[in-house]
Amino acid sequence: MNLQKKRILILGANSDIAKALCVQFAKAGANLHLASRNVKELEKSANDLRIRYGVEVNVSELDALIPVSRTQIIDNVYPQIDGAVLALGVLGSQTEAQKSEGLREQVLQTNFNVAIHLLEPLAALFEQRRAGFVVGISSVAGDRGRASNYMYGAAKAGFSAYLSGLRNRLASFGVPVLTIKPGFVKTKMTLGLPLPGKLVATPERVAADIMKALAGKKDVSYTPWFWKPLMTIIIHIPERIFKGLKL
Amino acid sequence: MNTTSWGRYPVIEAETLSCVSDDQFRQAVQSSDGFIPRGNGRSYGDSALSPKLISALPAQRFLAWDNSTGVLECEAGVLLADILASFVPRGWFLPTTPGTKWISIGGAIACDVHGKNHHSFGCFSDAVLDFRLMLPDGSILNVSRTENPEWFVTTCGGMGLTGVILSARITLKRIASSYMDQVTTKTANLKETFAAFERHQHDPYSVAWIDCLATGSKVGRCLLMTGDHAQSGSLDFNNKMLATVPDMFPSFTLNSLSMQAFNTLYYGKAPKGESKQKIGINSFFYPLDIISEWNRIYGRQGFLQYQFVLPFASSYEGLNKILGEIGKSGRGSFLAVLKLFGKANSNYLSFPEEGYTLALDFKRDAGLFPLLDRLDAMVLDYGGRFYLTKDARVSKATFEKGYPHIDEFRAWREKQGLTNKIWSLQSRRLGL
Repeated sequence: MNLQKKRILILGANSDIAKALCVQFAKAGANLHLASRNVKELEKSANDLRIRYGVEVNVSELDALIPVSRTQIIDNVYPQIDGAVLALGVLGSQTEAQKSEGLREQVLQTNFNVAIHLLEPLAALFEQRRAGFVVGISSVAGDRGRASNYMYGAAKAGFSAYLSGLRNRLASFGVPVLTIKPGFVKTKMTLGLPLPGKLVATPERVAADIMKALAGKKDVSYTPWFWKPLMTIIIHIPERIFKGLKL
Repeated sequence: MNTTSWGRYPVIEAETLSCVSDDQFRQAVQSSDGFIPRGNGRSYGDSALSPKLISALPAQRFLAWDNSTGVLECEAGVLLADILASFVPRGWFLPTTPGTKWISIGGAIACDVHGKNHHSFGCFSDAVLDFRLMLPDGSILNVSRTENPEWFVTTCGGMGLTGVILSARITLKRIASSYMDQVTTKTANLKETFAAFERHQHDPYSVAWIDCLATGSKVGRCLLMTGDHAQSGSLDFNNKMLATVPDMFPSFTLNSLSMQAFNTLYYGKAPKGESKQKIGINSFFYPLDIISEWNRIYGRQGFLQYQFVLPFASSYEGLNKILGEIGKSGRGSFLAVLKLFGKANSNYLSFPEEGYTLALDFKRDAGLFPLLDRLDAMVLDYGGRFYLTKDARVSKATFEKGYPHIDEFRAWREKQGLTNKIWSLQSRRLGL
């Protein structure tokens, strides 16, 4: 995929994976539009990308849980873009989410409803244009619910299913939809969590894998690669055994 | 977590607080009783070691760039390699650079590093317009030669002991090519080496690789490399590395025999007299950076880098003696580097002063420290001084003799209430 001068929207651009991905896009000569809640931080990232790579970078405030904020992006930014990455998401504490409806709501809303509300208008636009591409960052957590993070996992499972449907819908219009399923990544999101050292990837690694998947016209891509065989095994463990495992 | 710097000695148990935003830095300094700021950990000894480390390494953003003046503003954790990767292809270069590009801007200022053009340009601080400095109470000062000037002369070369550098503005210089026109001069002894340095004093860049294991009439023989940026040519540049040294490098491979062989071969392969080469920026400025983790070749025991400068007048006699002593000891390294400095600047603890500086590595083992103690005494005899960025062991009495402004530095730290808030193993050892 030639990304030179392509205008790419990054939804949730302050996430560490998004930042690493911006670097990759900028290196490929793409222009960027960054959207996130913290505009002050975004401006700094934008400046850095402009200076480092000489690409155009625009910035928009997006508080994804607020409908008007989404509408502003949809109305003002969407018409100008050639491709989009949805990188926003929130992990939330599983144990807290079990107790608090508020937190549950936030995890489910951000990772599922909001993602769909943001992508659906884009899908309509790209369908009409018969051009564009969508990258959705889901998670291996959506492949099978586990006690340690099934709220997040359930939302991501829904999001993965959504992306699969969207891909099916847009395929005949020549609009690729790429589902990315990262495993454990060392980011702000996982800061302080006890991660299994050997399985943890850097955001840079994930970003490089996303670029490869885009170039290779992949549909679903696990990153790093070993999550694919790993999840294949996990998915196929009989529920009778799976329910007794500590995962 | 066990933490060490480039020399892998000493190793201490330290907690690292990594920061990006001003708020994170503020929280870190306010919550720490005693700490030292840290960049990429490429100082050799104990300058950036303390039980509590505040790392500016994650703060790696470029903040502003003016293509008409070459002024770049960036966060303290930006590495010289990042600047090169972005700006060499656009025809800009660092106005001065040390022998590695894997150091942070904050570290470059705190160590007031120097390079092959010290005699024609000065130290890294000469490229600095201003910087933002966070004090232990979380307040932020703008520091330049005219705004808070006391903080400028104490912070440049101040080894992080005055606060945390958050960001800085530096001025880059124009280059027409990423290639260098180099002249290599082969000399047979120290006398010829000095004559060659002085003959080439108007070349913008100069440095000598010196055979520190040579003895007798060959003491001080060297390959002097001088040069400047080529006037035309491509601007290609990358930070690719060739190989990584494994952590379990067998330490017996580095012994006096193999070092002697290396030095003899390296010296022998250069043509007699003067020869000309066209080489890239990486080969000219950063020959070792091509090997990732090269410090591992000295093994788990680590190594010490020893760097001192002697005043111009006593340089010849002093170096003759000191090189003789090192040659006799049979210890020494691949990497003995000699350079003629220009004038000192007014920063209290900046290392360079007019005269010859010698830097070399010693693998750390039982017999090393007594040799270094003997060398210390000789350096002092000839009125020399030591470089904090390389040091892990010099005594307080030895160190302070070389720095006339040291008491002003100490008084400033005391007056600003920094002495117990910001400290490193080195500052404690030297009473800074």
